[in-house]
Amino acid sequence: MQNYNVYVPRLVTKKDTFVPGHRACIGCGEALAVRLACKALGQNVIIASATGCMEIVSSPLPTTSWKVPWIHTLFENAAAVASGIESGLKMLMKKGRIAEQEITVVAMAGDGGTSDIGIQALSGAMERGHNFLYLCFDNEAYMNTGIQRSSATPFGASTTTSPAGKQSIGQASWKKNMPAIAAAHNIPYVATACPSYPFDLIEKVEKGAKTPGPAYVHILSVCPTGWRCPTDLTVRMGRLAVETGIFPLYEVENGQYKLNFDFPELRPVTDYMKLQGRFRHLSEDLLVKIQQRVTADYASLKEKASDDEK
Amino acid sequence: MAKSEGELTWRDLEIGAIVTEPGNAAQYKTGDWRSQRTTYDFTKCIKCGLCQIYCPEGCIQQNDDGHFEANVFYCKGCGICARECPTRVITMVLEEE
Amino acid sequence: MAKKVGMEVSVAIGEAVKLANADVVAAYPITPQTHIVEHLAELVADGELDAAYIPVESEHSAMSACLGSAAVGARTFTATAGQGLELMHEVLYVASSMRLPLVMTVANRALSSPLSVWGDHSDVMAVRDTGWIQLFTENGQEVVDNVFCAFRIAEDRKVLLPVMVHLDGFHLSHVIEPIVFPEQSAVDRFLPTNKYPLPLHPDKPVTMGDFAPPIIYSEAKWAQEVNLRASKEIILQTWQEFGKAFGRHYSPVESYKTEDAKVLLLTMGSFSETAMTVIDKLRGEGRKVGLVRFRLWRPFPFEEFRQAVRDAETLIVVDRALSFGGPGGPVCSEVKSALYDEAKKPKVVSFVAGLGGRDITPAGFETIINKGIEIAQKGSPNEFEIFGVRD
Repeated sequence: MQNYNVYVPRLVTKKDTFVPGHRACIGCGEALAVRLACKALGQNVIIASATGCMEIVSSPLPTTSWKVPWIHTLFENAAAVASGIESGLKMLMKKGRIAEQEITVVAMAGDGGTSDIGIQALSGAMERGHNFLYLCFDNEAYMNTGIQRSSATPFGASTTTSPAGKQSIGQASWKKNMPAIAAAHNIPYVATACPSYPFDLIEKVEKGAKTPGPAYVHILSVCPTGWRCPTDLTVRMGRLAVETGIFPLYEVENGQYKLNFDFPELRPVTDYMKLQGRFRHLSEDLLVKIQQRVTADYASLKEKASDDEK
Repeated sequence: MAKSEGELTWRDLEIGAIVTEPGNAAQYKTGDWRSQRTTYDFTKCIKCGLCQIYCPEGCIQQNDDGHFEANVFYCKGCGICARECPTRVITMVLEEE
Repeated sequence: MAKKVGMEVSVAIGEAVKLANADVVAAYPITPQTHIVEHLAELVADGELDAAYIPVESEHSAMSACLGSAAVGARTFTATAGQGLELMHEVLYVASSMRLPLVMTVANRALSSPLSVWGDHSDVMAVRDTGWIQLFTENGQEVVDNVFCAFRIAEDRKVLLPVMVHLDGFHLSHVIEPIVFPEQSAVDRFLPTNKYPLPLHPDKPVTMGDFAPPIIYSEAKWAQEVNLRASKEIILQTWQEFGKAFGRHYSPVESYKTEDAKVLLLTMGSFSETAMTVIDKLRGEGRKVGLVRFRLWRPFPFEEFRQAVRDAETLIVVDRALSFGGPGGPVCSEVKSALYDEAKKPKVVSFVAGLGGRDITPAGFETIINKGIEIAQKGSPNEFEIFGVRD
């Protein structure tokens, strides 16, 4: 595996359609995730973006970091805009007004734009069965506006609107399981990914793009600014999220679960959490509680995956 | 993008303020955000390209010798490449040094 | 040959959209707009309209899907009313600011609460400043004709703006009227294929919807304002061309029996037809009264309006919406503002009436006119008069 990883980079296209000069924070895992996803998407794509970090860092008028057609309109409607793009293209091709060709329609948003304010538009678009790929770049809070909690913020994390304090442990609710919500729409393809596993991410985005009908890829995007960790640990942190079982990498293809990376033994969640300032206040008791929840969730995911393999 | 945003008049804007020059943000220098920079010991480099894959900026290119090196015009000095390099080619040093 | 048929106005709108060859319809059902979108869904289901019908999960998504569809260059239509228009609110600004041509009919409806599905102009007035071209219509024929005109105006290279066609909920949307439909070939001649100049397409990647720092936001907004104002020229041209092709003529401000009129009533929408019968009656009694109606609401037709009312002594404006705590009916305050600097202008009296589907009968209009004249002469302590509220 290690050796395989070391030489595969040469096989990945050098061409970027999300170009340098973007204003993402130093060590931004989301910019990395977007860059890798764009490699997978290639040229024949139209992206509808929600408001958020990636929109702000890539498009200050009169400039753009995008070399592919890209549209941003509002915060909560990326999936709805993508619906319109997909339907419009389909009709224009049918009526011969533009040439028939494969154009991947992509909607992209952060965790707030996906699991909070944009969930209705996303649910609608998935239910209607549009042929599009939705990419959620999850950095686990509203980072663009200053690290406010979202429904994707993990239990116990201190954010500016779920601050740890004498009467508060930080975020008091558990992270909303967005991939499961997507899968509950019975769409043909759902996956989780993380740029710390770049080839897996690229493969999944490619697969999602090729899937006829709705596809959803949920990408954990480490945010050194919001998670309060050193910028050079971005990739390592993502790996730890996977190796601790906090963010397992899996696919749900036509309802069948498949765990892409399994480990004989999960690392303790503290290996991941101790490196981040947002969890620094957590007591041993709470860390144990989190460990129990992660272990249980991972076991239930693994069971689903092994049931489906049978 | 002949004019900067401060020179553009309302007449210069495309309909709906659409930007028609793909990727023109590449003219924007992010290198001066840096507080630390990469230094290389290329004798250890196996040219695997992992650093390039993991760079959030996408600013690492192969030089004439085939070694991978960050473009200082963009490199923000995050240090991911140094951390992830399997043969420890890269060392981050403070810009002041 | 054009044919005249009796048809519910909502259904007629669907037929007009079919004749206009819309490519995409994205809509969410809301009373009293439902018959419009039901008929469109049916036309698509029967293969009579070759379009994608997107049955979105909200009006917010309806307008958002329209943005996407218009941005790739598809001819795009939607319809809504009342609460639906308000749920779209923020998206409406985006459509006009990004210069995306699309057409929406609004079956005007009151706003909650209390909940009311019936008609008034509260919804229109709340979206007054969203940057859309807005037209009012008074009968089924006018709606159908202006759907054709709206597509042509919206998609004109010099305009590229979204257009709202307003019709009164129920009072107009649900009535059956005789309507003349032009031949498909005539519509095709009048309405060329949509050619959006900078569509989203991989062949020529564009970025739409940048954010603007303070150093450039004002430039973007001014460009939009200049463009909306300039659209009036194309709107006038389009109506002229329509008149030539189909024999029915439209203008920004329409006058009825205003020659030598000392007193003018100002209305918008379907109530204008009732008002006309009252004007006829009073004229029969020898009184010098006339009627002025706004057809074009945005861009505001300043010159035409001033011209239409300058010789009158009294102008009585009947609004069908409240501007809570404000200076009177919303239309009346604009009217006053448009006349403020004029040397020669009528006295303006503001009435608010017909809220939430309440009828204004001919007798009601007569009372408004008489009371309006009295107020113009004697004055009133009120900013505006509310008509027909039980005290």
